[in-house]
Amino acid sequence: MVKVTFVRPDGTDTIVEADPGSTVMQTAVANGVGEIVAECGGTLACATCHVYVDDADIDLLGEIGADEEEMLGFTASPREPGSRLSCQLTLSPELDGLVVRVPPEQY
Amino acid sequence: MPAATIVVVGAGQAGCQTAASLRERGFAGRIVVVGDEDHLPYQRPPLSKGHITAQVERKNLWLHPESYYAKNDIELRLSTVVSEIDRSGKAVVLASGERLPYDHLVLALGSRNRPLCVDGGGLDGVVALRTLDEADEVRDRLTKATNVVVVGGGFIGMEIAATAAKIGLGVTVVEVADRLMGRVLSDPASDFLLTAHRSRGLQVELRTSVTGIEGDRGVATGVHTADGRHFPADLVVVGIGAIPNVELAVAAGLPTGNGIVVNEFLETEDPNISAVGDCASFPSAFADAAVRLESVQNATAQPRALAARLAGGPREPYEAVPWFWSDQADLKIQIAGFAAGHPTAVTRGDIGEERFSVFCFDSEGRLRGVESVNKPGDHMAARRLISARVPVTPEQVRDPGFDPRALASGRQTTGSGT
Repeated sequence: MVKVTFVRPDGTDTIVEADPGSTVMQTAVANGVGEIVAECGGTLACATCHVYVDDADIDLLGEIGADEEEMLGFTASPREPGSRLSCQLTLSPELDGLVVRVPPEQY
Repeated sequence: MPAATIVVVGAGQAGCQTAASLRERGFAGRIVVVGDEDHLPYQRPPLSKGHITAQVERKNLWLHPESYYAKNDIELRLSTVVSEIDRSGKAVVLASGERLPYDHLVLALGSRNRPLCVDGGGLDGVVALRTLDEADEVRDRLTKATNVVVVGGGFIGMEIAATAAKIGLGVTVVEVADRLMGRVLSDPASDFLLTAHRSRGLQVELRTSVTGIEGDRGVATGVHTADGRHFPADLVVVGIGAIPNVELAVAAGLPTGNGIVVNEFLETEDPNISAVGDCASFPSAFADAAVRLESVQNATAQPRALAARLAGGPREPYEAVPWFWSDQADLKIQIAGFAAGHPTAVTRGDIGEERFSVFCFDSEGRLRGVESVNKPGDHMAARRLISARVPVTPEQVRDPGFDPRALASGRQTTGSGT
């Protein structure tokens, strides 16, 4: 299992054990992190699963794809250096301990 | 004063979003969501996309985990059929005879597949796709099929056809109109799609219809078309559109047409009953007549707006810009606004590279819809341009230096004369 910490907009932490192979978005939805809206169900069509990845973890993640890069230009909360769409972040054992901040607005 | 009990009939995306948004808005009364399927409420878009190649695990289809409903004090009544709305008694009557009293009733009844009424339509191997159970069946049958005929060249039909072709099956799409996805796409986008799918090995037969399905010992073996041809098929997928579920509303005496008629506040004629999602016919600020939309955007944005009002918020009209998307093979097709049926279409980008957008303008030169293929940034920008009614002209879009993203974010000036 892979430990993931969601830092919610109200400042509380939701710490969950996720299956490797699932995405950060799926993990959020399955654990009731409701601020991850994920309207399109993970098909890179909506930009409502935006998260901020901790600086320490950012290099562990794969490159931002061309479509994700375009979508990140239109997130409801401002884009920051750690901005990613969580449907594109697939969990692996190397990501154990991942910390993501959930922005207050998704649409 | 917010209602004390809100009953939501329909546990699809719109019904669940209504309940979730009511709680997010601080509604403290009782919420009951009634659905006739036995699964936890789930997402439909992946069903015709990733799910049919077994890439999506079932638990990743649920809209919320099971614990969500109790935690948020939402009474979820699954496998439950509503037989009647008693408007004068302000209660929903279940098939079991139980009465669910409401102060406000939300109809999120969804839509159902239009049936293919031809000889052989009931043969084994003739399937449709709307529910999770149906998606499971399509997925299982695709692993055994050799020749697939898809009836209908719309969203669902083309998604399934593209997926079936990708896994190496022989696929024929039969579409009665003279173009693919003609109800929603402009001519240039539809023409592109036809070329793109044919170049990927899909056989597309336009301007003809399936007149019969033949079988052997109860199992489909092929289809006959109106132009006298025959196509072998051990799997026939029917995707010829949907019919809104209006029967409960009709029986309750509520006005219906192509859907349950609601006003700009999503209210029916009865102030204690609203309707959202696939079943609602509403006056869109972005269309010239009442519309009924089958989309995730509509099934989430309408409930959010309705929930805000029911939770005691201001009475504001619903006016979100509609958007749609479809994943077909490696083509990401996104539509902002309404693209079909306008006189002027300006294409930006490279059709040959399969990365472009089509900007559609009405007879008064107003931007009404934008279709994007593998250009998600254009799509997101277009949503903002249409939503905020930013003035933009066909001439501007034809200019190679035009940047919809800059215009949407206010970094590029608007068109001349505005």
